[in-house]
Amino acid sequence: MAETTVAVKKEASFSFGKKERKLLTDPLNDNNPITVQVLGICSALAVTTLFNKALVMSIAVVVVTAFASLFTSLLRNSIPKQVRMIVQLVIIASLVTIVELTLKGFFYPMYKELSVFIGLIITNCIVMGRLEAFAMANTPYKSLLDGIGNGVGYGVILLIVAAIRELFGKGSLAGVKIIGPTDEYLIDTTTSFVFGWYEPNNLMVLFPSAMFVIGALIWAHRAWNKKLVDIS
Amino acid sequence: MGELANIFIKSAFIENLALSYFLGMCSFLAVSKSVKTAFGLGLAVIFVLGITMPINWLINTYLLSDTGIFGQDFTFLRLILFIAVIASMVQLVEMVVEKFSPSLYNSLGIFLPLITVNCAILGGSLFMVSKEYNFAESVSFGLGGGFGWFLAIVAIAAIREKIKYSAVPPALRGLGMAFMLTGLMGLAFMGLMGIDLSSF
Repeated sequence: MAETTVAVKKEASFSFGKKERKLLTDPLNDNNPITVQVLGICSALAVTTLFNKALVMSIAVVVVTAFASLFTSLLRNSIPKQVRMIVQLVIIASLVTIVELTLKGFFYPMYKELSVFIGLIITNCIVMGRLEAFAMANTPYKSLLDGIGNGVGYGVILLIVAAIRELFGKGSLAGVKIIGPTDEYLIDTTTSFVFGWYEPNNLMVLFPSAMFVIGALIWAHRAWNKKLVDIS
Repeated sequence: MGELANIFIKSAFIENLALSYFLGMCSFLAVSKSVKTAFGLGLAVIFVLGITMPINWLINTYLLSDTGIFGQDFTFLRLILFIAVIASMVQLVEMVVEKFSPSLYNSLGIFLPLITVNCAILGGSLFMVSKEYNFAESVSFGLGGGFGWFLAIVAIAAIREKIKYSAVPPALRGLGMAFMLTGLMGLAFMGLMGIDLSSF
């Protein structure tokens, strides 16, 4: 055990070559946490009604996955196998508490809107899954990159879903009205005139539509990237 | 009594943890390929939710809040303590079941450790705090939420078993279809909105 650690430590460097780039870009397409690995759906879908909410959630998840991977990887040789779950959970829970208190302190309205879903990053399977599958066996620098890559891969899907749901459900994007009847919401009617006939579809704001949107995204992703098709 | 029944019905059907809050979706989608395994996981979730919810209520009320025995506001420790309670309870339940009912342990065995990272458990406890339930209400909420999750996963597993024989477009097969089905079931469950039993 000791010899392998030494060998690994010698290899570890902070270069940014092909391998490192692959760690960052792989989760964006071939190994996307949501559409391919199906991790972290739990806390993701409920926050995608508004673009801003999804943005804050994505940033929080990127921070937590990156640092949880980094710290677990730093500690990986001193964690006993039997209690590793508890150790990982404590690391994640402390990071999430930091994120939660930061939001509470500086962005209180957003904290109120996200309510329990910030706390639920603890049980977000992406964080746990990457710690188990990657950070427990790799060097801190690589684990950090892998954590960032997976967090971003998750965030991208979250933002796409949120953009679709907010645009068609409320006619706006990040709070700015884009399509839909103007006289109902805007005092300044000159800024929103495209597709004035469009009536916002309330179904898109309701829970089930998140499922349909992600289902359709998976369909599109697999139709485009044929090697992901489920043959079973 | 009517109030408690109302909370049970509401958490089981109307505010279903799986279908309207999307909690526990990872295991919901991964384990719903056959009815038998879905049944086992669902039972285990009812069990763990029913146990951890009252314990977390006691911890939150008597240890963490400023009216508790320490007289200090320790709510910043809430997440860490809740997840620790859930992880240790799952471990305890696993040992007890293994000791007293090996047959149940064999059918649930592999799913018990999975429950620690099931968001429905931690989510349930956090909802209980934000809704300010009392002790009896939190027990009712835990059992109702677990029952709703159980119903949802067994129903989706039954549908997925049947849909294997349908002509689904190749790229939509498997995961994509599971998402669509969950969405449709969510729509169906929304039809139960507005039921109120508190007047009984």
